[in-house]
Amino acid sequence: MDDATTQPGASPIPIAAGSERLAIGGLLDRSRMLAFTFDGHSYQGHPGDTLASALLANGVRLIGRSFKYHRPRGILTAGSEEPNALVELRTGARREPNTRATVAELYAGLSARSQNRWPSLRYDLRSLNAVFGPALAAGFYYKTFMWPVSFWEKLYEPLIRRAAGLGRGSGMPDPDTYEKAHLHCDILVVGSGPAGLMAALAAGRAGARVVLAEEDFRLGGRLLSDHRILGDRVSSDWAAGIEAELASMPDVRILRRTSVAGTYDHGTYAALERVSDHVAVPMPHQPRQRLWRIVAKRCVLAAGAIERPLVFANNDRPGIMMAGAVRSYINRFAVLPGKRAVVFATNDDAARTIDDLAHHGADVLAVVDSRPGPHAPVAVAAKSANALMITGGAVTKALGSSDLHAVEIRGADGQSSWLECDLLCVSGGWSPSVHLASHLGGRPRWSESLAAFEPGGLPPGMTVAGAANGQFGLADALEAGARFGLAAAADCGFSGHAVEQPAVDAESLAQGSFSSLRGARGKAFLDFQNDVTVADVELAYREGFRAAEHMKRYTTLGMATDQGKTANVNGLALMAELTARTIPETGTTTFRPPFQPIAIGALSGHHRGKEFRPVRLPPTHHWAKSQGAVFVETGQWLRAQWYPRPSEADWLASVNREVRTIRAAVGVCDVSTLGRIDVQGPDAAALLDRLYTNTISTLAVGRARYGLMLREDGFVMDDGTISRLGEHRYYVTTTTANAAKVLQHMELCQQWLWPDLDVQLQSVTEHWAQLCVAGPNSRDVLQQVVDAPRDISNAAFPHLSAAAITVLGGIPGRLFRISYSGELAFEIAVPAGYADLLVRRIMEAGRTFGITPFGTEALGVMRIEKGHVAGNEISGQTTARDLGLGRMLSAKKDFIGRVLSQRQALMTTGRPSLVGLKPLDRGARLRAGAHLIAEGADPVAANDQGYVTSVAFSPTLGHWIGLGLLADGPSRRGERCRAWDPVRNGDTLVEVCDPVFHDPAGERLHV
Amino acid sequence: MRIACCHCGTRGNEEFTYLGDATLRRPGQSFEPTPAAATTLPVCSASPSPPSPPGEVGKSTPQATDAEVLKWHDYVYLRANPAGPHRELWQHTGGCRAWLVVTRDTKSHEITAIEPARDVALSRVDAAHG
Repeated sequence: MDDATTQPGASPIPIAAGSERLAIGGLLDRSRMLAFTFDGHSYQGHPGDTLASALLANGVRLIGRSFKYHRPRGILTAGSEEPNALVELRTGARREPNTRATVAELYAGLSARSQNRWPSLRYDLRSLNAVFGPALAAGFYYKTFMWPVSFWEKLYEPLIRRAAGLGRGSGMPDPDTYEKAHLHCDILVVGSGPAGLMAALAAGRAGARVVLAEEDFRLGGRLLSDHRILGDRVSSDWAAGIEAELASMPDVRILRRTSVAGTYDHGTYAALERVSDHVAVPMPHQPRQRLWRIVAKRCVLAAGAIERPLVFANNDRPGIMMAGAVRSYINRFAVLPGKRAVVFATNDDAARTIDDLAHHGADVLAVVDSRPGPHAPVAVAAKSANALMITGGAVTKALGSSDLHAVEIRGADGQSSWLECDLLCVSGGWSPSVHLASHLGGRPRWSESLAAFEPGGLPPGMTVAGAANGQFGLADALEAGARFGLAAAADCGFSGHAVEQPAVDAESLAQGSFSSLRGARGKAFLDFQNDVTVADVELAYREGFRAAEHMKRYTTLGMATDQGKTANVNGLALMAELTARTIPETGTTTFRPPFQPIAIGALSGHHRGKEFRPVRLPPTHHWAKSQGAVFVETGQWLRAQWYPRPSEADWLASVNREVRTIRAAVGVCDVSTLGRIDVQGPDAAALLDRLYTNTISTLAVGRARYGLMLREDGFVMDDGTISRLGEHRYYVTTTTANAAKVLQHMELCQQWLWPDLDVQLQSVTEHWAQLCVAGPNSRDVLQQVVDAPRDISNAAFPHLSAAAITVLGGIPGRLFRISYSGELAFEIAVPAGYADLLVRRIMEAGRTFGITPFGTEALGVMRIEKGHVAGNEISGQTTARDLGLGRMLSAKKDFIGRVLSQRQALMTTGRPSLVGLKPLDRGARLRAGAHLIAEGADPVAANDQGYVTSVAFSPTLGHWIGLGLLADGPSRRGERCRAWDPVRNGDTLVEVCDPVFHDPAGERLHV
Repeated sequence: MRIACCHCGTRGNEEFTYLGDATLRRPGQSFEPTPAAATTLPVCSASPSPPSPPGEVGKSTPQATDAEVLKWHDYVYLRANPAGPHRELWQHTGGCRAWLVVTRDTKSHEITAIEPARDVALSRVDAAHG
């Protein structure tokens, strides 16, 4: 029977054949068979099965290997708290690691594989880790792999990661979609056990909008797992009856397969709905999972309780299961998990397990009750099952490797004996599922009578009913659920009647306190998923890691994907025992969302790929595309970068041609990405005077001006143009990048700093399309577009003019004579819907002049040739003086940022300031980002004098040019510097010059 | 969090943008009586007058005093980090774009008051003028 006697590589034999399915019973559709595979072997199950129940029904009990010691592991629980039975579900791109077999709903064609074993589940070579176990004790990583530091990344970590770890991701893009949705309701009921069903029923009957969220695919909770009688009905039938009534209520929404994962502020909850996890491939147009943001006025938490394992040597062997889970498998799934059973428990609840086992034909060999003295319900059950009853005893060791063979039982007299068995049901009592009640910081309270933490310090609007509140009795849970459901409805303004309580069969809830956990021999596990043993916590105690949070981090107890749902309380109890403190003195770990793992795909929803950050399209985008433009993402926008022609060898050829055409003739470019803000009101001028460093109020109607804005800290925030269209009306532009920020800033000034100003702001960025028409022939082109009798001659419409006009026979528009390129230029705005028409008309009108469309590259080249600053220079770290714009700081008025712009450190000489740069070797290329160093100085940080901010090949000058920030720059014109670029091996001598390379007198603007 | 915008009703906090402390008072808030008043600001005598970069007319810019700079420094950089009720500025950027003064407990996130920032600011202006 021992694994070691069989040779690895022997022909694959199904691990077990023959059905363990009970002949009758269970909540299954026995008329249908579902074929599935596990590790390549074929099995059959029924609709209604989980993967775990179907495996057990086929006699498969060995499911995986553990994280650290590669110990064989089986199925411990029947719920979402499962630490052991983790599998890789599905294949190919849909492969999903670390899926709990206990919550994976069976479907036809399901394919699962065991994890963390090599070469196979039965013959795992790395289980040698268990032999060398002491080397892997708590704190092992910290102690062993510290030195030398470089070994960690290169040697230790890859080795450990290969040996430890759980399942493997697919490494391929997820083919499924995920979505996020919002849901608003009066009352959220979490959990559909007896308390949750009654809460939903009471609130639903009162007329409240109720959302009932159940993580399982079937409503009922423990009502499905236990064979109870409510009134005259079996518990699962009773649950189905309530569900039917809830389903008939129009304002009650049942979300099954939906796990509420987190409690957030003000009645906000996150919930994950597994929409398509129970089918092989999602239905067309259905997401795989849906992440709900549920906003509820009230919440009734009825999340139930989690049974605690008992701690003894080899308590992780397959065949050792929670007593409550055994009942789930028998009653709900019609599977008898073992034929020769021992029950080891600290409470009366285990009596039900004894009864169910015996009733369904298992041989209950012995019942071990850790409590001294006889306890009637357990003793009675043991007697009727004909089992040996041992009170005040304990199971001290399990025997078996990949399956349970026998247990060692120590009686109250201290004598030990061995008993052969294939199933050990354990129950250390139940812990209320307090997670969602604690996410906002409320600390759970220790209850001595329950020997468990119960919720304390509830989030506003939440009540807790049933087992989640320590009300473990069925009658109590039903009553509390109904009462809290009704109260929640009343809080939301709905009055209802008390729901009649069904009579329930007798129950006993007595449970013992914690028995001693310390000193277990061999490997006695506290945290199954992270392989944390009693010895690890004892080591943490000896080494001083005794606070709950220290113990957790030192031993990794509770840090696995199950977050220690079955482990934390036992770990705390052991530390309490070691430190001779009570459990509440020892503390509890902090509960944080999510309650269970959530795939990143569900968190991102549709925000994947291009939808992660959608681009905005300028209004002439489709026209630009038809012209063959090359596009670039600039901030949120997708903009035309240049317009290549077939004859052009590369991008530079295209950009050079565009620049030359504009400087010699005319070009057109969409500049609608600039932020535009309409500022209106009698105090518009006063507000703009405070926002901009220069005076705006002196601007005449019909005129435009360049403006500069500082932040309150005195650094430059943004620049743009301000055009006065009327006595009380201005049209201001912002840079593309800062459009949103500047609007927000202006709104703060308007509403908060100077609310007494009579002025209104409106973003018109998306309202107006704006085209730049630049070049000596730009007026000739626009004259064919602008409606008569508007005169745009130099005399009538000089540089920095602005006017409301009509174009193309009556389309409202605006015309600005402003220039970024340094040429005679206009910007013309029309409602965005006319942009396509306008650009086509402009191109037609310009054909005789050889007009070219141009993109952001040519725009950038021309602004560098003109020494205009842009985002590279307005970096948030530069002052107006740094940028050579000190003259724009008005001395005649106050403005935002004035005082702090005068801080001494910002006024001193030596700050890096704007200069132009030319390579001495005119054939050399300049690189933005290169550091500026005095000629002959060593390229070390101490000699750094600034850096190159922007570069371009200037077709106008015939060589590369650059702008840079150089210490004392303006006084160093004519000097030479080294532009040193270690990243791209650049080392170029440059000449410092005026930043305006082209037409420094600005004569071309005024023609 | 859920924030009850004075104009739009209760909305999720993802519609709002946070700025910070609403109890700060911008120094030199008054622009009265005329813009020319700024030119009368005293020149800082304690520190040497920094040279103006060439080619600029910065010489005529009124100099801030050290005291003034310190006051502004506190306004721009110093923030209390209260554990408890805090009056703070939020903007309903995804809605009506109103700036709001929200009184929120930083420990519990409980919101006890929400007022339009404009109204709060106006009552301050009225108080100053009254």
